[in-house]
Amino acid sequence: MLVYLLRRLGQSLFVVAAMAVLVFVGVYAIGNPIDIMISPDAGQAEMEAAIARLGLDKPMWEQFFIFIQNALQGDLGRSFVYSTDALGLILSKLPATLELAFLALLFAVFLGVPLGMIAGLKPNSIAGKTIMAGSIMGFSLPNFWQGMMLILLFAVIFKVLPSGGRGDTVQVFGVGLSFLTLDGLSHMLLPAVNLALFKTSLVIRLARAGTREASLQDYVKFARAKGLAPRRIVLVHILKNILIPVVTVLGLELGNMIAFAVVTETVFAWPGMGKLLIDSIQLLDRPVVVAYLMLTVIMFIIINLAVDMLYCVLDPRVRLSEARA
Amino acid sequence: MRKSTLFCAVSLAAVLASPAGAQELSIGISAEPSALDPHFHNLGPNNAMRRHTFESLLLQDEQQRLHPGLATSYEPIDDSTWEFKLREGVKFHDGSPFTAKDIVYTVCRIPTVENSPSSFTVYTKGIADLEIKDPHTLIIKTNGPYPLLPVEVSAWGVLSATANGVTGDIAFDPEGCTGIDSYPKTEDFNSGAALVGTGMFKFKQYSRGDKIVFERNEDYWGDKADWTTVTFRPITSDGPRVAALLAGDVDVIDNPPLQDLDRIKSEGFQVAQGLSNRVIYLHLDHEAEPSPGITGTDKNPFKDIRVRKAVSMAINREAIVERIMNGIAVPAGELLPPGMFGATPGAEVEHYDPEGAKKLLAEAGYPDGFGLTIGSPNDRYINDAQVTQAVAQMLTRIGIQTQVDAVTASTFFARRNAFEFSMYLAGWGSATGEMSSPLRALIATPDKAKGYGGTNRGRYSNPAMDALIDKALATVDDDQREAILQEASQMAMQDYAILPLHFEVTPWAFRKGITYEPRADQYTLALGVKPAN
Repeated sequence: MLVYLLRRLGQSLFVVAAMAVLVFVGVYAIGNPIDIMISPDAGQAEMEAAIARLGLDKPMWEQFFIFIQNALQGDLGRSFVYSTDALGLILSKLPATLELAFLALLFAVFLGVPLGMIAGLKPNSIAGKTIMAGSIMGFSLPNFWQGMMLILLFAVIFKVLPSGGRGDTVQVFGVGLSFLTLDGLSHMLLPAVNLALFKTSLVIRLARAGTREASLQDYVKFARAKGLAPRRIVLVHILKNILIPVVTVLGLELGNMIAFAVVTETVFAWPGMGKLLIDSIQLLDRPVVVAYLMLTVIMFIIINLAVDMLYCVLDPRVRLSEARA
Repeated sequence: MRKSTLFCAVSLAAVLASPAGAQELSIGISAEPSALDPHFHNLGPNNAMRRHTFESLLLQDEQQRLHPGLATSYEPIDDSTWEFKLREGVKFHDGSPFTAKDIVYTVCRIPTVENSPSSFTVYTKGIADLEIKDPHTLIIKTNGPYPLLPVEVSAWGVLSATANGVTGDIAFDPEGCTGIDSYPKTEDFNSGAALVGTGMFKFKQYSRGDKIVFERNEDYWGDKADWTTVTFRPITSDGPRVAALLAGDVDVIDNPPLQDLDRIKSEGFQVAQGLSNRVIYLHLDHEAEPSPGITGTDKNPFKDIRVRKAVSMAINREAIVERIMNGIAVPAGELLPPGMFGATPGAEVEHYDPEGAKKLLAEAGYPDGFGLTIGSPNDRYINDAQVTQAVAQMLTRIGIQTQVDAVTASTFFARRNAFEFSMYLAGWGSATGEMSSPLRALIATPDKAKGYGGTNRGRYSNPAMDALIDKALATVDDDQREAILQEASQMAMQDYAILPLHFEVTPWAFRKGITYEPRADQYTLALGVKPAN
């Protein structure tokens, strides 16, 4: 276990270093932030002053060197646009995104797995066919359009839910949380559903395929022959065996939901990290984009590690120390 | 019976409750300010938000005309000295009185803002010295005649010296003021701690990306606001912003998409629209030979006035306004809309004449035209890429084989500033509301010391034009200056230095029961939202 962890750590450091170079070079190759940020009224002199203030007059390698030097001390730079610490800016948006992502994850698991198992156990029933047809819709309709339709339906026509924004928050340990107030929850519902639709469809498909495969296997037949209650066979023996692919995919998707919920956050004006990323890209706020992507890389590494650990719990045959990946 | 009693009670309650409910206002804005610091970022959304809490010596009205603000009157004493009489009895949000010292403090602070991406020094660089004659009389000295001083002092908000810890006397010095220990940081404004102004609204809450909340300043010196609380919600995507209005989550939105205006009206909402100070123009490469976006010839055809004229004649501005802008724009014959300072009354829009344009092209030696690529942003101005596309088709019709290179604003401006385009479409909003603004930025020969030609990326250069602009910017008398600016503008148009296409018309949409007077500067201000009578 320890060997495995150490090896993973080494790999991770390499990935982080490679990403730092790629991200920095990539982001710095686009446009010139000053052209976007400065008032058109500014003359050449003011423009040069602003370029010097933001350190953009230095050659790229020197800017990169400064970035690395600061990054090693935990400072990922200062936002050009907001003039605040880039990492702090992103982290201040993290709670809003996290609560949305976790609510969406709950939807995906608690709707997706049971529905997928029903579709897998009774593939030819009306229920099974309806679920599969529904999941195709969830897959193929664009996220943006789904969001707009949800707003149109629930906010504009029925006027039961708010169209966007975050609503009331409660301060818990200095962090504003929405899910503790009724108003906050009502604001969260639509974006969470929007975010969850695609993931739920994905989970339904995975659970269905897994269930169909597992229910034909010898151990299920044996359990049935042994006279186990069908309920126990489904909920213990089949469920446990189909969870591995579901956990793998959801792990990756959770990362995606946290880091790139851009569409949902934009449509619902949800003040999360995804919206910050897209705004920062448009304004060429390089330090924020770089810090964001670095944070994302680290987050994915951690999630993948957690997923590997979960395998071990779900399937005792998997021994992490033997893994060579 | 009981049911109807209940119904009566409910509707009565609703009637009684509505006046209180009507005092809260919620506005969905398409662009969020980057900070609440009034001197951090000189850009539209920040400048608009600033006006709620911080005021200036002079205020710009809907048409960008100047009105008394914290100053009740001003007059030039001689060519380089101005006297401002300050309003008495004005209090900051913390209760401290407003005096001339606050102006000095503010001008001192502006150059010191850390990491400012776009500094307000553009509006204070004309100030050579400040002198406090008495607490309510301020003398401003400039280096030479400086007619833009009144409009420039309307561009920055005034901080309180007392609220920021100044106790003794302070003195202005362009190299560094004396008597001031420290200035508030940008973060102090975002947290609300330093957000102490004289404005109609006071700070209540700011949560970046989510909302900005102001409450009414009960001690305001002028007419008090109609709203006890105002909430600004940034909703950057067009569809959701319209949805928020239709759902009743916000009362007002800015920049509703043109194609949704009919829908908004049919749902029982109102739309107000007004001519903005923003002109959409085509700039031509007057310098490079050969020019990067031109094929089929080694020369730069745009150096020939006949070609420039032919291009202008080939563009059907009426059709662009009607078809692409849904009629929500006005064809332009100049760089500033009629009625604004320096615009020529009755300035004519170029007559659409494709046959005449072909003849001119042939005369200039291009009977078969040439190849051209027009650069354009595709997410900066209203329907920008579609307008460029239309221009390209019109030019192709007279034989100039035209392609469009439309990219996102961040890439477009970088490439434009690197002179990669032989012709590009862009827009100019005149912050000062007078003709000197577009002339100085777009047409004057680039000159770092004078601050000329900052956006003249076609590199047009005409000494006679520069001399006229110099003269206008040294003429303090308004009537004389306006005449010179009109002359300069006509000169630019006759030389086809730049081709104006249309003026943007800015729409706002809001629920029934309120009104909004459109502003030429395109700002969305809660100050201008009134309950309808």
